Amino acid sequence: MAFESLTDRFGGIFKKLRGQSRLTEANMDAMLKEIRVALLEADVNFKVVKAFTNDVKEKAIGQDVYNKVNPSQMVVKIVHDEIEELLGADQTGLNYAKNGLTIILLVGLQGTGKTTTAGKLGKYLIEKEHKKVMVAACDVYRPAAIEQLETVAGQVGMTFFSMGKEDPVNIASEAKKKALNEHFDVLLIDTAGRLQIDEALMGELKKINHEVHPDEVLLLVDAAAGQDSVNVANAFNHDLRLTGVIMSKLDGDARGGAALSIKYLTGLPIKFAGIGEKMSDLEPFYPSRMADRILGMGDVVTLVEKAKEVMDEKEMEKASKKMLDGDFTLEDMLKQMKQVQKLGSIGAIARMIPGMPKLTDEQKQRAEKEMKVFESIINSMTPYERRHPEILRYSHKNRIAKGSGHTNADVNRVIKRYEDSKRMMKEMKRYSGKNGGFGGMGGMGGLGGGRF
Amino acid sequence: MGLFSFLKNKFSKKGDAPEKEKKEEQSLETYSKGLEKSRKNFASRLDALSKRYAKVNSDYFEELEQVLIESDVGVDLSLRLIENLLDQSEKQKISDPKAINEMLVDNMFVDYATRGESVENEIRFNENGPTVLLVVGVNGVGKTTSIAKLAHHYQEKGKKVLLVAGDTFRAGATTQLKIWAERLNCPIVVGKENGDPASVAYDGCQYAKNNDIDLIIVDTAGRQQTKANLMQELAKINRVLGREIEGAPHDTFLIIDGTTGQNGVLQAKAFKEVTNLTGIVITKMDGTSKGGIILSIRDELGVPVRFIGLGERMEDLQEFDLDKYLYGLLLGESRDD
Repeated sequence: MAFESLTDRFGGIFKKLRGQSRLTEANMDAMLKEIRVALLEADVNFKVVKAFTNDVKEKAIGQDVYNKVNPSQMVVKIVHDEIEELLGADQTGLNYAKNGLTIILLVGLQGTGKTTTAGKLGKYLIEKEHKKVMVAACDVYRPAAIEQLETVAGQVGMTFFSMGKEDPVNIASEAKKKALNEHFDVLLIDTAGRLQIDEALMGELKKINHEVHPDEVLLLVDAAAGQDSVNVANAFNHDLRLTGVIMSKLDGDARGGAALSIKYLTGLPIKFAGIGEKMSDLEPFYPSRMADRILGMGDVVTLVEKAKEVMDEKEMEKASKKMLDGDFTLEDMLKQMKQVQKLGSIGAIARMIPGMPKLTDEQKQRAEKEMKVFESIINSMTPYERRHPEILRYSHKNRIAKGSGHTNADVNRVIKRYEDSKRMMKEMKRYSGKNGGFGGMGGMGGLGGGRF
Repeated sequence: MGLFSFLKNKFSKKGDAPEKEKKEEQSLETYSKGLEKSRKNFASRLDALSKRYAKVNSDYFEELEQVLIESDVGVDLSLRLIENLLDQSEKQKISDPKAINEMLVDNMFVDYATRGESVENEIRFNENGPTVLLVVGVNGVGKTTSIAKLAHHYQEKGKKVLLVAGDTFRAGATTQLKIWAERLNCPIVVGKENGDPASVAYDGCQYAKNNDIDLIIVDTAGRQQTKANLMQELAKINRVLGREIEGAPHDTFLIIDGTTGQNGVLQAKAFKEVTNLTGIVITKMDGTSKGGIILSIRDELGVPVRFIGLGERMEDLQEFDLDKYLYGLLLGESRDD
């Protein structure tokens, strides 16, 4: 399937271009083609992809390639940084009214998460910004939309305003009056979802906009939105003069290319990201994370940079020499695991290594939990035992299990993993001779196959 | 030879039509209207393109590729279609843009029609006891509304329909379905807020067995396909349904928002893993100029589209008919020419 083969394809290109020291049109082209595909698969708009890759190409030609990195890795890094910079440009927090009431209008297509986001935004404003918040229910069309908003408002403790199925323009205007009279800091207005072709509803939105003069008009964009997202944003922007965008449903696995498309074409800042189902799952927008996500490929360069910082090279040399000599102990395994851990969570590392299959949340959690178990078990051994695990008998294991708060089976698992790693080291030695270097990441055997 | 003339023939107006054909006529109308935006983006652009070029060249193919990708057809499939087209045009020495376009459309949908088994759109009704339709999808795709429309569709066919409010999570979801049940005048089984949806499903089965229900439609909470625990919850609902009624759920529909991009494929894939996905319902097709996702999903997973949402009215949820779809996408109101 398309999405899985992507990293493999990159792998091939990486190999071909090893050892070239300057970016040229020739050595960039193959990579740019793949990047184009990656962006399109992330649902970045076609025109944006074209313009964007051209921009990048112009900027990159002639640049020196960092040591230890090959030209295509360099291109990935440049593209990544470029996306990050673009997404981050003109980023601002919420615009509050100079004095008095700030009005925020939430608009968007049906099902993008306006009502849920109204709740999340309310919670954010109350807890993080210490504002007194009221929310007005102006979606009078979708069955039970009002009830949904009322429940949500109750959950986060903001004042709820509704006039039932009255004219939404009227509701907005009354809500504003009440908010002013009762000295609220912020009025959120939830509106009906609409298809952009719906002129009647669009007209209603324009009227609300005109009536209450909001300080912020925020468009909700679903992370899974397709090529049409730009047209949607343009239509709303044309009629309402948007002030920003909130990306919703970023907890899914959609790559969210819409963020790049909309930003590139409209310049609207992306202000928040919805990252889960709980009311607290709204966070400021992080351009760098988004760039990772849209590009969807391990940021090889980051890995190289990070790896260089963290790994103590001498230590590693020693360890790998020991490993290859078959002189590999539980202590070494733990040390290795810890060094790898310093790079970031296992999930983050796995994402950075091309060719590494994507881990599910569950797998990631399991792997990280396992690391902790390993550490506590190894720490419960005496130094001698760590160096000579072969002496461990039943009674030793019993003691270790108790001391670490785990079971005998867990202890056996650690030893088994250790033996597997050790065997792997020996095999490697046979194949790679003396310059085999650092290989199997011992303790991470379950993840396997990682190469730096 | 082409698809165009086939469609024109098939759907040419036939003066005073009997009652049955009137219905067909209306259905065609719905397709034509609901796909107006898509048509403008796809057929009209192909048309304009063919007028700009006297002969096809590499630029022409590049522009075709753009039209496909911008219709959310998916990069992989788009590239493949264009490659095949290049091949064919070289072999058959065709350089007329119009002919190339017809070839492209043929390829797109021949592919669609031949992949996966041919499908009966209608639900297969269980001969002994109630039939169960489970409805799943990510958040905000229009599950509840589609359920109401499906219920209406089967009520029209004389079936006794029961709604089961299995979305106990989203605030207001149960109320929303209740309002629909009232409007449709059909019974509904609801559970406690934040209660176990599987237990609501169980109650629904009991109610159906005791009240001669023909069709149970089970709503579920929207869930991002990456959440392992929520997907497990679906598996549990599945098990409970199967235990209570033999063979249930008889059909499982995944609802996909027509404005969704390439993630639609991943959604379908993930849901296919935990449920026995038998069909796809594409919603909000009238609001998007894209909808190429229909092709991508069929291409990658072989799960058929069973219904398609072409507007907000009850009857705008139509059984998916490839010929009508193509007619709406390619020809539309130009029928009388």
